[in-house]
Amino acid sequence: MSRVLLIEDDEAVRDGLTLALERQGHSVDAFDNGEQALARLGAVQPEVVVLDLMLPGMDGFEVCRRIRADGNLPIIMLTARNDDMDVVAGLEAGADDYVVKPVQPRVLEARIRAVLRRAVSEPKQPQGVEVHGALTIDRVGLEVSKNGTPIALAPTELRLLLELSRVPRRVLSRQQLLESVWQHDYLGDSRLVDACVQRLRAKIEDDPAKPVYVQTVRGFGYRFGPV
Amino acid sequence: MGLRTRLLLAFAALAVVTTTITAGVLYWRARSAVLQATQDAAATALTDRVKTLLPLSSVPPRRADLEELVEGLSDRGSGAVVLFRGQQASSGMHPQSLPAELRSAVRSGRVVWQRVMWGDTPTLLVGTELRIGTGMGDSVPSGLEVYLARDLLAERDSIEELTWWAGAVGAGSLGLAAALAWVAARGVLRPVRELRHAARRLGEGDLSARVTVRGADELAEVGRTFNATAQVLEHQVNELRRMEADARRFVADVSHELRTPLAAMTAVTDVLDEEAGDLPGDAGRAARLVSSETANLTRLVNDLIEVTRFDSGSAALALDDVDVAAIIRACLRSRGWLDQVEADLPEGITARLDPRRLDVIVANLVGNALRHGEPPVTVRLTADEAWVMVDVEDSGPGMDDAVLPHVFDRFFKADTARSRSQGSGLGLAIAWENARLHRKGDRVGTLTAANRPGGGAVFTLALPRYGEGTGEKR
Repeated sequence: MSRVLLIEDDEAVRDGLTLALERQGHSVDAFDNGEQALARLGAVQPEVVVLDLMLPGMDGFEVCRRIRADGNLPIIMLTARNDDMDVVAGLEAGADDYVVKPVQPRVLEARIRAVLRRAVSEPKQPQGVEVHGALTIDRVGLEVSKNGTPIALAPTELRLLLELSRVPRRVLSRQQLLESVWQHDYLGDSRLVDACVQRLRAKIEDDPAKPVYVQTVRGFGYRFGPV
Repeated sequence: MGLRTRLLLAFAALAVVTTTITAGVLYWRARSAVLQATQDAAATALTDRVKTLLPLSSVPPRRADLEELVEGLSDRGSGAVVLFRGQQASSGMHPQSLPAELRSAVRSGRVVWQRVMWGDTPTLLVGTELRIGTGMGDSVPSGLEVYLARDLLAERDSIEELTWWAGAVGAGSLGLAAALAWVAARGVLRPVRELRHAARRLGEGDLSARVTVRGADELAEVGRTFNATAQVLEHQVNELRRMEADARRFVADVSHELRTPLAAMTAVTDVLDEEAGDLPGDAGRAARLVSSETANLTRLVNDLIEVTRFDSGSAALALDDVDVAAIIRACLRSRGWLDQVEADLPEGITARLDPRRLDVIVANLVGNALRHGEPPVTVRLTADEAWVMVDVEDSGPGMDDAVLPHVFDRFFKADTARSRSQGSGLGLAIAWENARLHRKGDRVGTLTAANRPGGGAVFTLALPRYGEGTGEKR
């Protein structure tokens, strides 16, 4: 049961999705363009945004960037064309996940539930706060800071960092990360992981081109550290 | 034999024949003229000298007269012999060396000459028999034979020089002819070569290939015809391409346009499914029908869009390093096929490929085997250094040989009587395209269909083991 902001220009799709989401217990505020939705963002206070990429006026990528610049609201993009360029551009604009239209309501529901999870399942930790180099991760308070300065992470980024740092120096494959962080079934789109890693690095690394915390292991996946 | 060689040979032959005839005739005429002049001069000299020495002091002459006669006849560079009825006198040559036929010709009363070789020296012999006037207007043979020998060394030198010049002129004109032939051949061959290159480029698909036309000869005409033909061809091919692109874009546009209403319908099919049970009679059946057909239509449109992406070349691989067996097992599990399929999936085969596309291929092959073949259906994974191979076999009757080449055609149905099956009719075509999309160097993924010897169809997927790209994506 969440508050969903739906931005979709086609009336029938908007009505259909609203109907489906409401039957699953969500409350839905639907808009047919990005400008209006952005203006009402503060008043609506949604927990998750479902955003069509093809919008009249301001396009979905720009809406995505604006929402992302304002805060860390989870964003799921709806793309009518599963063109790779669209997906990649949407992920780079900051979307957490995407679904391809026509989407079955239960698939969209699963994606919404996945991005809204507060944290990955945590093993019991004696103390919640870990320090890795300049990075401080509070697993209980779900806060990350670098040199004492808090870093604002989107939920997916935070979950990815928590998942990787839970097992420092161990390599996790993209498919493993998709299952644990995005809760996709085994055959998720590994570009989700790559895009999220890029965004995460931009926030926590000194030099995102030479990452220290989230390292690529060619041919295998990603690992946290060694710092 | 090439045109260039033929032209060169023709020119050379022409030069050889012309030069041989010209130089040969000239050489022969000059040689004859030189020798004739020498002979005439020798004969004249002989008669002149004989006249100065006559009359003889006594007839018949004594031996001393003969000696004196020889002395008077011979000079430096020539020898002389005088014979009279068994007597002889000579100077500078031996009388024995006179050819017999010369002597018999001389006795017949003529002034005779003959060329002979004495050792290395060509020599001209001139001989005559003196005649004695009778005082009555005629003369009788005197029996006194006079011979003069003169070497022809100077003439031989002249003739040798002539020979040398004939040869030199012949060789020179042959060279000149060859050069001319080469130039002529180049003039002819350059447009021919250009034409050949242009034709090859045209054949290789470069429809902008044209030749530069120079002049107004037959070759230029050929070039102009070629250019005109190429232009028409280019225009028509471009037109066809444009029409094909239009058709493809139309299919793509239609598919995309269908997607939006389908998105709205799909969003509410769950509502239909949930409520159908509560709807009375026909309304419930209708709701279920709409729901299931919406799902079919969605699958068809998604497949159509997938196909248009292959056609437009916009399909891209999202490569990842994966455990192939795990992908296949996940594919079977997510579709509930694990119980229906015998899977032989050895662990530890890793490959760099697009897992989503592998999933699509395996799902299509296994789905096809389950629908059209008979159980048991077997999925077998094997690999070597270069390839990962997946065999999907069923135990049905196999496929008609006439059908085999077409199983990957779009909307192909082996059994025309069969009504619409569960699939979109594009599944195997999409699987085939997905296989081909995987390529490493000149190794391209393949999907093939065949019948097993023991019956049953087998589809074999082969993907290059290490695809393009690096470990770090993007």
